[in-house]
Amino acid sequence: MVGARIVITPDGQDIDTRHLGFTISPHEECAVEEAVRIVEHHGGTVSVLTLGPPEAAEQLRDAAATGASRLLHLKTDGREWDPIATANAIVASIRDHERDDGPYDLIFFGNEAPDTGDYQVGIRVAHLLSRPCVSGVRNLELSDGRARARREFRGGDEFFDIELPAVLSVKEGINLPRYPSLPGRMRAKKAAIEEGEPTWRAGATHKELLRVPSAPRERAEILGTGVAAVPALVDLLDTFGVLP
Amino acid sequence: MSVLCLVEHDESGVTDATLRALSFARRLAESSDETLSALSVGSPNDLALRSLAEYGVSELHPVVLSALETYAPVAWATSLLELATSSRSTAIVAAGTDRGNEVMAYAGALSGLAMVANCFEASRVDELTVRLSRQRWAGSLIEEARLEAAPALLTVAFDGVSAQPASEPTALSVHPFAPTLSDSDLLVAVSQFLPRDAGVSLADARVVVGGGRGVGSAEGFAALEELAELLGGTVGVSRAVTSLGWRSHSQQVGQTGTRISPDLYLVSGISGATQHLAGCQSAKHVVAINTDPDAPIMMRADYAVIGDLNEIIPALVAAIRAR
Repeated sequence: MVGARIVITPDGQDIDTRHLGFTISPHEECAVEEAVRIVEHHGGTVSVLTLGPPEAAEQLRDAAATGASRLLHLKTDGREWDPIATANAIVASIRDHERDDGPYDLIFFGNEAPDTGDYQVGIRVAHLLSRPCVSGVRNLELSDGRARARREFRGGDEFFDIELPAVLSVKEGINLPRYPSLPGRMRAKKAAIEEGEPTWRAGATHKELLRVPSAPRERAEILGTGVAAVPALVDLLDTFGVLP
Repeated sequence: MSVLCLVEHDESGVTDATLRALSFARRLAESSDETLSALSVGSPNDLALRSLAEYGVSELHPVVLSALETYAPVAWATSLLELATSSRSTAIVAAGTDRGNEVMAYAGALSGLAMVANCFEASRVDELTVRLSRQRWAGSLIEEARLEAAPALLTVAFDGVSAQPASEPTALSVHPFAPTLSDSDLLVAVSQFLPRDAGVSLADARVVVGGGRGVGSAEGFAALEELAELLGGTVGVSRAVTSLGWRSHSQQVGQTGTRISPDLYLVSGISGATQHLAGCQSAKHVVAINTDPDAPIMMRADYAVIGDLNEIIPALVAAIRAR
């Protein structure tokens, strides 16, 4: 969702999405890219799972165009799922696949949803599967069944060394996602999507209202146009006390 | 009965994000006449102890264990939950930092309770219910909600709450706490920390010179770098710029990049998508240079110059040098 105005539905329960397009979120886009790069380097396959409304199938196809081979869609009716229900549905689906195919070596998540910023589905999934989890990952090295994950902490980098299988929540910046190739996009159009329909469950958080923050700011005061405005700009910076 | 807050601290005392979380937690405690208590891993220094009293903490429970000399999020969460049970806490609050969110997510996972992130206001309705306001879309939207969970697990939106000491400082008492930890609580732990080279970091810079797609090329950033250096600041960029590969992601300002809080954000060639604006909510002054007088950035900026940044910024550099 890009733009500076958000429109709320009249009942105050949702964002009016009628005129909006959807896209895979930045952290998740990097998570897919990271998984594809690992498979290109070490072999294996990439499966991509999403829980969301029918429209989310489009984002699964984007992931397929990047290089994912198995697409799984846990379909919802558009209602919001809380992090506990989301994690439970994902874990049920993962357990299903792993019964036949053995455990996934790595399960990637985006670090936090851009909307609710919950920061927790990956950690909940890891806990339910009894696997170690590192969140906020900005760099990953794999060797001998172990992962070394780097993330930022107060002006430095901290490292975690964990055993696979493991869960990793990644942040944008871990890589620069590729632009899918034309053959990749053609293939993705025809890719099969496996579907499931998990049951929605009410969470402990009850949304009462969404609203746009009050007290909108005033429009900027225009100092001038082009280089003619530079003297006024210098004076302004001087009042802020930032000039050398 | 108390509200329990996780304290992050270092040699310079209690972190700013934690002071905000304490301000939020104290208001929640006051809404039902409860006291405010705190847990820290490690012993906070005297400066930190003074801040805790100023912010209304009655009891501090430091956890001092050699196994926790490096950060281990599961062990931190286990400690919080165990203390919350023994002290009958009605809510556990942490700052919305990477660590605060991570520890509280584990607290939610270990206890099976809901954890609500990005809150900026909370008040108690009854024993089981808290009324909450929280940010969504990084503050572009606000959700009003009720949470029915005991204890309530909450993290605090950094941009949504200011640090405010209590009207009167409390008499702080310190009671060391020894949680029961198992090996599995220590499986995930920091194995190494490497400080970065000194230099102006984007998150702490007093001046940020921002550049977006309007800069036009990777080379175009040389003028912005020159201006930033002149002003003792650093360059920040939009997501479009990192996606184009012009600059590294470490310079990205926004929801999925770095959140900045400079005295001056001089933002040029950036139209102002909500995701970018989410990263500069705490900037004191915003000055925009943009060719489009109707760009969304004009609603966030305090002042603006209309025009081409590739002409204006070199002229600005020359004018400052000529002073």
